[in-house]
Amino acid sequence: GRDIIDWLIQKYNVSEEESLHVGGMLVKYGYIYPLKEPRSLVLRPDESPYRFQTPYFWTSTRWPASELDYGNAKNQTEGVRGYSVLHKRINHTWDFVVMQAREQLRASKQRRKADRIVLECQEQAYWLINRPPVRSLLLLCSTVMNQIETSRRALGRNRVKSSICLEGFVKYSEQYLNHDPIMQGCLPSNPWISDDTAHWTMNADMVPTPTRLRVERWSFSFMELLEDSMGRREFMTYLEKEFSAENLCFWQACEDVRHGESSRIVEKVEDIYKNFLAPGAARWVNIDSKTMDKTLEGIRHPHRFVMDDAQMHIYFLMKKDSYPRYLKSDLYKNMLAKAIVPQETKKSVFPFMRRQRHSSPSPAQAATQAEDGQAKGAGQAGTNSAVQLSA
Amino acid sequence: VQRSPLIPEMATQEVQLNETLAHLKTESETLKSKLEEERAKLHDVELHQVAEKVEGLGQFVMKTRRTLKGHGNKVLCMDWCKDKRRIVSSSQDGKVIVWDAFTTNKEHAVTMPCTWVMACAYAPSGCAVACGGLDNKCSVYPLSLDKNENLAAKKKSVAMHTNYLSACSFTNSDMQILTSSGDGTCALWDVESGQLLQSFHGHAADVLCLDLAPSETGNTFVSGGCDKKANVWDMRSGQCIQSFETHESDINSVRYYPSGDAFASGSDDATCRLYDLRADREVAIYSKESIIFGVSSVDFSLSGRLLFGGYNDYTINVWDVLKGTRVSILFGHENRVSTLRVSPDGTAFSTGSWDHTLRVCDDCYFFIGIKYNQNLCTFNFTPCAPDKPPLSLTATHLPKYSNLKKHIYRST
Repeated sequence: GRDIIDWLIQKYNVSEEESLHVGGMLVKYGYIYPLKEPRSLVLRPDESPYRFQTPYFWTSTRWPASELDYGNAKNQTEGVRGYSVLHKRINHTWDFVVMQAREQLRASKQRRKADRIVLECQEQAYWLINRPPVRSLLLLCSTVMNQIETSRRALGRNRVKSSICLEGFVKYSEQYLNHDPIMQGCLPSNPWISDDTAHWTMNADMVPTPTRLRVERWSFSFMELLEDSMGRREFMTYLEKEFSAENLCFWQACEDVRHGESSRIVEKVEDIYKNFLAPGAARWVNIDSKTMDKTLEGIRHPHRFVMDDAQMHIYFLMKKDSYPRYLKSDLYKNMLAKAIVPQETKKSVFPFMRRQRHSSPSPAQAATQAEDGQAKGAGQAGTNSAVQLSA
Repeated sequence: VQRSPLIPEMATQEVQLNETLAHLKTESETLKSKLEEERAKLHDVELHQVAEKVEGLGQFVMKTRRTLKGHGNKVLCMDWCKDKRRIVSSSQDGKVIVWDAFTTNKEHAVTMPCTWVMACAYAPSGCAVACGGLDNKCSVYPLSLDKNENLAAKKKSVAMHTNYLSACSFTNSDMQILTSSGDGTCALWDVESGQLLQSFHGHAADVLCLDLAPSETGNTFVSGGCDKKANVWDMRSGQCIQSFETHESDINSVRYYPSGDAFASGSDDATCRLYDLRADREVAIYSKESIIFGVSSVDFSLSGRLLFGGYNDYTINVWDVLKGTRVSILFGHENRVSTLRVSPDGTAFSTGSWDHTLRVCDDCYFFIGIKYNQNLCTFNFTPCAPDKPPLSLTATHLPKYSNLKKHIYRST
């Protein structure tokens, strides 16, 4: 150790302190390794013996310099993927070590004893320097364990034959073809092309008469019906006639719990219990006893997903029973009959005249307007811009 | 790079850990091969075979309808508002802008305290936007139309990761946000309190993208990462319920098929792929030898028949999902396309690019006259203006005549 320090002092004309520091780094990075106490990677300024590591095992020959620099701007502009570089590096080292071990085993039988000892020391020193830190190893282990868990679970899945699944895509595309504006155009015209917002106005949430395509879509799936606010309203009207409106109300209340503010979960669950689940409740819903028991138990400690099972039960009840009957009902059929089929807009003779593009009330504005109880109409184009720059 | 101080016990621990890791890896590989065998057993037909009976699409002509200029640097992300015309976009210089894309007016602008805002999302109500990036956070800004109000003042810090935020999305309401991060995890947050509701561990490297499933029960989402894996998660339990690993490089974008039964992915390996969730396997690859640049962003048209992909070679390629062929290529951006989304009602799609602009595009046939040439068996289209090129297509490249009529617009 002493020799190394003296040599460094002389070669670089530096102080002992600096020499110790530089020498210490050399040992830490594995260019020099101690023979006694090989796990103590410190440069001792005494008679402790050290050896030079063979260039084959040098850190710099294994990893190009650029990868070691996380903070450099190039990494940032490429998107900052430091973790993945680290991961790749660890994997590379592992493979390298395994390969080395195999090769060494084969060659070792031919070596002289002294050489073998030297080689062993070199290898051990390399391994001690270049091992991945414990934390990364633990992380890797847990990641692989997760993968094993996922694979096991996947093996237990029920799979559907490809022919059935793929047929599903063909059917879906066919069913929705006329509803896909990019494929088939839309009536009266695509606003982005004609600059006319009639298509949006006609399909707004609340219109007196919906378009035919929109009403048709309600028959594609129960989810389509529920996702359209007008569809939901119509379905509610139908259920009221059937005296089973509490099912939809219950479902909506459960959605509210699932997606609403955390702070109001307890209050909402209590309301649901009072209105829908308690014995003698005003709008009691018919849930099987097993689900009911489980839900009532869960209500004691309400959380966001406590109503999930009950909600799903009622959802599938409506889907299998009320929904198909709704589609066959006069209510739906009349709606479909009186639905609008917009006329395709006649194209102007001079295609270069562009229509004025009208702005629309911002949803953000609509929220505050609702409080005032006012509704604003469409304004003029071009001049409305509320640009705010804030630091 | 710091080395931890060497303690003999730690060294043995590491040796043991390495042995364990080796065993675990072997077990994982064995299970994966078994899984592949099981998946293959039920794969009795390819998608394009099933699609043989489906009518071909011919070539689409895509046109840019709006160009949004205003960002001073690379556009990294964008999202549509449910009102079908507003867009929020974020860029490398920290700016987040809300546009009425229809009029191209800017309505709001916020400067984030960090650069590289890689993720932004519009709240379902249209009253707020979420964004984040190198600050490792996801913040929510309520949108105010009061000209005197400082948007940044009402900012709410919701998510906290230990590395950059790569993607964010509101769930069915303004109250919860799903995030993905360079720290390898995804997380679900309560907006009101900033509380972590659930975290999702399983990716072995940065998670780059996510998408919520449009399913009936609304409880799952898919994520894609630098580990080349696409994982499907149960939002309630935090478990990874399905995993797919067929890409050869980072997955930059994932998007559900409209029915929720499948999802598409776009990767640095220059391919887009379709994974069916019920068959539990990859069912299609969308690639061409001439396409060698990575895909940054993918999305489906409303019917799921078309898959749009934004690429790093500045182009947008449009694929026929069923037949596996490319039906259109769109040029126009002057740098790589970083983000792409179809509008909520499917009337157009928007792209954001490193060339600082956003574009809103859709298809058109801008011809006003058709004449059939019997000798050549071609349909000749007369352009509506002299400066536009004429088009001549053989019958095999045309959609049915009745459909063709609907496509004839006079364009400006």
